[in-house]
Amino acid sequence: MSTSEAIAYAVKQANVDVIAAYPITPQTIIVERLSEYVHNGELDAEYIAVESEHSAMSACVAASLTGARVFTSTASQGLALMHEVLYLASSLRCPIVMAIANRALSAPINIHCDHSDMMGSRDAGWVQIFAENGQQAYDRIFQAFKLAEDEDILLPVGVNIDGFFLSHAVEGIATISDSEAATFLPPRKAKYYLDYSMPMTFGAFALPDWYFEIKHQVVEAMDRVPKKLAEIEETYYKMTGRKYDHVGVYKTEDAEVCLVCAGSSAATAKFAITRLREKGIKAGLLSIRLFRPFPVESILLHVKDVKALIVMDRAMSPGAPSAPIAQDIKATLYDAGLNIPVANFVYGLGGRDISAAEFESIIMKIVESLKAGRPIEKGVMYWGLRA
Amino acid sequence: MLVGEIKTIKELYGLDLIAPGHRACAGCGALIAVRQILMASKRPLIVVSATSCLEVTSTPYPQTMWKTPWVHLLFENAATAASGIEAALKVLSRKYNRQEHYIIAFGGDGGTFDIGIQALSGALERGHRFIYVCYDNEAYMNTGIQRSGATPLGAATTTSPVGTKIVGKTQQKKDLMEIVVAHRIPYAATASPSHWKDLVNKVRKAQSYDGPSFIHVIAPCTRGWYFDTSETIKVARLAVETRYWPLYEVENGRYRITHPVPNPKPLEEFLKVQRRLSHLLLPENAEILESLKAYVNERWERLQKLSACFA
Repeated sequence: MSTSEAIAYAVKQANVDVIAAYPITPQTIIVERLSEYVHNGELDAEYIAVESEHSAMSACVAASLTGARVFTSTASQGLALMHEVLYLASSLRCPIVMAIANRALSAPINIHCDHSDMMGSRDAGWVQIFAENGQQAYDRIFQAFKLAEDEDILLPVGVNIDGFFLSHAVEGIATISDSEAATFLPPRKAKYYLDYSMPMTFGAFALPDWYFEIKHQVVEAMDRVPKKLAEIEETYYKMTGRKYDHVGVYKTEDAEVCLVCAGSSAATAKFAITRLREKGIKAGLLSIRLFRPFPVESILLHVKDVKALIVMDRAMSPGAPSAPIAQDIKATLYDAGLNIPVANFVYGLGGRDISAAEFESIIMKIVESLKAGRPIEKGVMYWGLRA
Repeated sequence: MLVGEIKTIKELYGLDLIAPGHRACAGCGALIAVRQILMASKRPLIVVSATSCLEVTSTPYPQTMWKTPWVHLLFENAATAASGIEAALKVLSRKYNRQEHYIIAFGGDGGTFDIGIQALSGALERGHRFIYVCYDNEAYMNTGIQRSGATPLGAATTTSPVGTKIVGKTQQKKDLMEIVVAHRIPYAATASPSHWKDLVNKVRKAQSYDGPSFIHVIAPCTRGWYFDTSETIKVARLAVETRYWPLYEVENGRYRITHPVPNPKPLEEFLKVQRRLSHLLLPENAEILESLKAYVNERWERLQKLSACFA
């Protein structure tokens, strides 16, 4: 099945209570399948066909505060339209799970993949996970609910899939049974919710005397995510034999150059690295699977001995010294006292394809610079941009 | 006739859903209207507020006025929040025996006429069971009296001041009720806290329907309309008695004026007691006054004809 269908199937198995969504390419298939499940009686849930993404997330937050298990899905402009509501989801501690079929932002209007949409809301207090393929996306949905609804976390979780490259890609998906799903993910047991039997105020007005502390609680919860996700993954691993960790690692043990990327490009890069290894080039790969919180410790385990890092960003940050992932990588290295050169490439905006051969070229460019003793170019390079 | 019509004040609930000590201005029309609505509302109840004076004055963290479950999300999404709660309770009661609740969403005129109209329209179209109450003080009062789609023609606000060239707001008030009625919801009504019996029975009637309902209540604002804090109810009553604020309902498409005003007071009586509008009585503003009067009269006549159709 396609990644979108796999996600919808996982959401059904997760026995969600409320789905509030608005169609947008390339995520539409997810909500179409969910609509079918609800209309055919295969999933006992309320599907709120809202009139905008702003309302999709608003309805999700309200339903979540009522104690329901809630899912939505969006992309691009839809995520941008949700922007102000995303902060409520995290600050009001709503364990919503959202699939994001990453897509470029207008203008020019473009329906294809890049990560600009999610990067635009990266500071909204959401846990953000990148899937590299349909299998990961399917498995992460269960883990996302488990993580989000944990009393120590209570944060919304985004599961990112590259628009079209993943959303529409068809592959064989190993599924879990409904009973395994129900055991792994029993019905949500909210502790605080809207109910007349215990009247509570949600969304109060906080002034400078309290606002800071309330907001900081999101940071505290975020800090607890890496450990909690690892525990959840362990349980899931025992059930399925599948485990993804916070970063995907490929041939980093003896790597001199390590490439860092996120999403479906990881598979392409892996293929390129395999070929380079055959030629004796010591290249490795780190795939950012957990983006927020940024997996600082996991990354540091693998980069200490490399001579250079290549960070591939599928989003730009105009005017910034680095694109988003490179900013985090550089901060990670700096805090660890590592002065490793970082080559930062922005690539593939608006769905422009990147091939394994191109990844080879990128890696070779840096390898040759190192060999020749040339300094690694600073700032941001734009791969494949026509002059 | 409504089954269980409230005839005396003793038939209302007490003030058990809100605590004293909120931070609204003395004489706040919105809070009076909200209080009356809550005293009428059936329970169990969940209240939603849009960002508004109501939200700001009732929940200064860590305090809250609300003794009923209450939620505020944003300025423009109170109707959507109500949708989410309603849908959640529906499925949770089905799957896990959660108790169903009545839901009332409150929004000001800014949050309803303007920034929130899309969310309101969506929620009404989808048919969620809840009451949306627009408490209308005819301007963005929470941000300091800026004009809204609800501000009447000629009114002075901080973004439609009485200047030497342009006098107050240059557009008529948006007819929100007609927009709401166009959604063919079971019940929509206007109300005024000056006519509490009319108001509370409209709340009860709204809650008798398994679908969305809408109550548009006038909420005189002492700060934005400029009248003495002791005059709120008097000003609201003048709005009704001059036919400026017709009290009517549209029940399953049938219009009915619930409080006929056979001998209306001149509109000037309503205008002269509030500084935002009293300049319309100056000779140089006669044209604006006439235009406002025409708006008020045409609306009343239209409502009368519509009521007669369904009588």
